[in-house]
Amino acid sequence: MKNSRFDATVLTLGFAFLYIPIIILVIYSFNASRLVTVWGGFSLTWYQQMWSNQGLMDAAWVTARVAVISATIATVLGTLAALTLVRFRKIPGRLLFSGMIYAPLVMPEVITGLSLLLLFVSLNVDRGFWTVIIAHTTFSMCYVAIVVQSRLLTFDRSLEEAALDLGCPPVKTFFRITLPLILPAVLAGWMLAFTLSLDDLVIASFNTGPGATTLPIKIYSQVRLGVTPEINAICTILIGLVAIGVIAASLATKRSELRRQRDEHAAAQG
Amino acid sequence: MAIDTLSPKPEPVIADPGRANPARWLVVAIPYLWLLLFFAAPFFIIAKISLSDTAIAMPPYTPVFEGFGKFGEFFSQLDFENYEFLASDSLYIKSYLNSLRIAAISTVLLLLIGYPMALAMARAKTSIRPILVMLVILPFWTSFLIRVYAWIGILKPEGLLTLLFQSIGLMGPDEQVQILRTDYAVFIGIVYSYLPFMVLPLYAALEKLDNTLLEAASDLGCPPWKAFWRITFPLSLPGVIAGSLICFIPITGEFVIPDLLGGADTLMIGKTLWTEFFNNRDWPLASAIAVILLAVLVIPIAYFQNQQQKAG
Repeated sequence: MKNSRFDATVLTLGFAFLYIPIIILVIYSFNASRLVTVWGGFSLTWYQQMWSNQGLMDAAWVTARVAVISATIATVLGTLAALTLVRFRKIPGRLLFSGMIYAPLVMPEVITGLSLLLLFVSLNVDRGFWTVIIAHTTFSMCYVAIVVQSRLLTFDRSLEEAALDLGCPPVKTFFRITLPLILPAVLAGWMLAFTLSLDDLVIASFNTGPGATTLPIKIYSQVRLGVTPEINAICTILIGLVAIGVIAASLATKRSELRRQRDEHAAAQG
Repeated sequence: MAIDTLSPKPEPVIADPGRANPARWLVVAIPYLWLLLFFAAPFFIIAKISLSDTAIAMPPYTPVFEGFGKFGEFFSQLDFENYEFLASDSLYIKSYLNSLRIAAISTVLLLLIGYPMALAMARAKTSIRPILVMLVILPFWTSFLIRVYAWIGILKPEGLLTLLFQSIGLMGPDEQVQILRTDYAVFIGIVYSYLPFMVLPLYAALEKLDNTLLEAASDLGCPPWKAFWRITFPLSLPGVIAGSLICFIPITGEFVIPDLLGGADTLMIGKTLWTEFFNNRDWPLASAIAVILLAVLVIPIAYFQNQQQKAG
C-alpha cells in the first residue's frame, strides 16, 4: 500500500517535530556544562541550584496554590455552565451566554489580561494572589464547560428520568446519578484548568501584584536574561509532573471504562 | 476541548422535570453572573479607558467617569486622542498588518503540515488511533513557555542547529545559523505551538468520513488524488475552518513567541500592546490598541462562535 507508507512517514516526521525539542530540553538539564552545545557529562548541579533558588521556589509554591484553587472554582463554574448550555436551552440571553463561553477560547490573551486588570483597578481591588485566581478561573471555566458539555451531549438521560419518576429530588438526582456519570469529563476539565493556570504567563502578568509572582512570570524574566540550564531543570520537573498526571489520568479512565464494560456485561448476563 | 463539540448531536427535547426548582436558577445564574462581571464588563471599561488621557499617577490615566452625577462632564472629557495617535503613527498600523500577515501565513503552514498528519491518523488502524491522539495532545499539556524556550537553545547562533549543520558538513566551522530573532523563528515557534490545535479539529472531521464513498469512487474508476479533492477535502471542510479559526485568532494577538523568538523588527500587535502597557505605562493607549485589535478580530470570532453554536 502506497498510502500506508506515506502515512507512516508523515506521522514519524510530525511527531519528531513535536517531541525532539522537548527531549533535547530534558537531556540538557542534566548537562554539567553551562554551554548548550557542549556536553560536559551527566550532572544534577542545575537541580541543586534550582532547589536553592529561593525566588524560584516561592514562585513555584504560589503557582501550585493558584492552579489548585482556580482549577477547583473553574470546575464548579464550568460544570454549571455546561449544564446551562445543554439542559436549559430556553434561558433569556442564551446567545450572550454561549458567546461568553466560546469567545475566551480564542480571545488573544493580551486583551483578556488587560481588560480584566482595568476592571480590578476601577473597582479599587488590590492586585495580587486573588486577582490572578479570578483571572485564571474566568478563562479556564470556559474550557471546563466545553469538555463537560461534550459529555452531557452524549449522555443517556433514562437513568436520571427513572430517578426523578421515582420521586428523587432534582438536586439529589444530580449528585447521585448525573455527577457520577459525568465525573470523568469533570476530572478531565479540572486537569485541563490546572495545566492552563500552571502555563499562563500573559494574563497573570497583567493581573498579578506584589508577592504573587507565578512560575511562568519568573521563568520568563530569567529567559529574557539568557538561557540557563537551571531553567531546563525546572522545565524538566514540570514536564515530568504533567506526564505523570496525564498517564495516571488515562490509566484511571481506562480502568473505570473496563469496570463499566464488565458491569454491563454482567448485567446483560443477568 | 472545543474540537469535540464539532460533531452535531441533536439533543431530544424533553420536558425538564426541574423547571420549577430554585436550584435550576442557581445553576444558570452563578456562571452567567461570573462571566458578565469578569468577561463582558471589562470590555466596556477597556473601551472607556481608551478614550481617557494618560496621567502620571496610579492608575496612570485620568478617569473619565466618576459617578452618574457628572454626566455632562463625562462627555466633555471623552476624546479620540489615542485613536488619532494610533492612526498617525505608522508603527501601529504596520504592527496590525504584520500581525495579520504572520497569522495568515502561519495558518496556511499549519494546514499544510497538520492536514497530512490528521489524514494519516484518521487512516491508521482503529486500535492505534487513541494513542496517536494522545501523542498529539501530550505536548499541549506541557507549558507553552517551555516549548518556546526549547527552541531558543536550538535556533540560537551557537545552538544545536548550528552544531548539527556543522557536523554533517552543511556549514563550515565558522558559520552559524542566523534564525533566532528573525521572522523565520517566529513562524517555527508558532507552527510548533499551535500544531495540536490544528490537527485535532481536522482529525475529528476526517475520522467521521465514510470510507464507502472513497471505495465507490475507486470502483467507478476515479483516481485517488481526484477522489481526495472531490470527496475527502470537501467533507473535511468544517474541520479546516474550525482549525484555521482556532489558530488564526489567537496568533494575531500572540505575545510570547514574537517576544522570545522574534527580532526587534518583528512587529506584532500583542508585543506592541505589551510594550505600551509595561514599558511606557500608557494604559489608555494600550486600551485603544486592544479595542482596535478586538474590532479587527470581531468577524472571525463571531464566525467561530456561530460554528460552535451550530455544533453545540
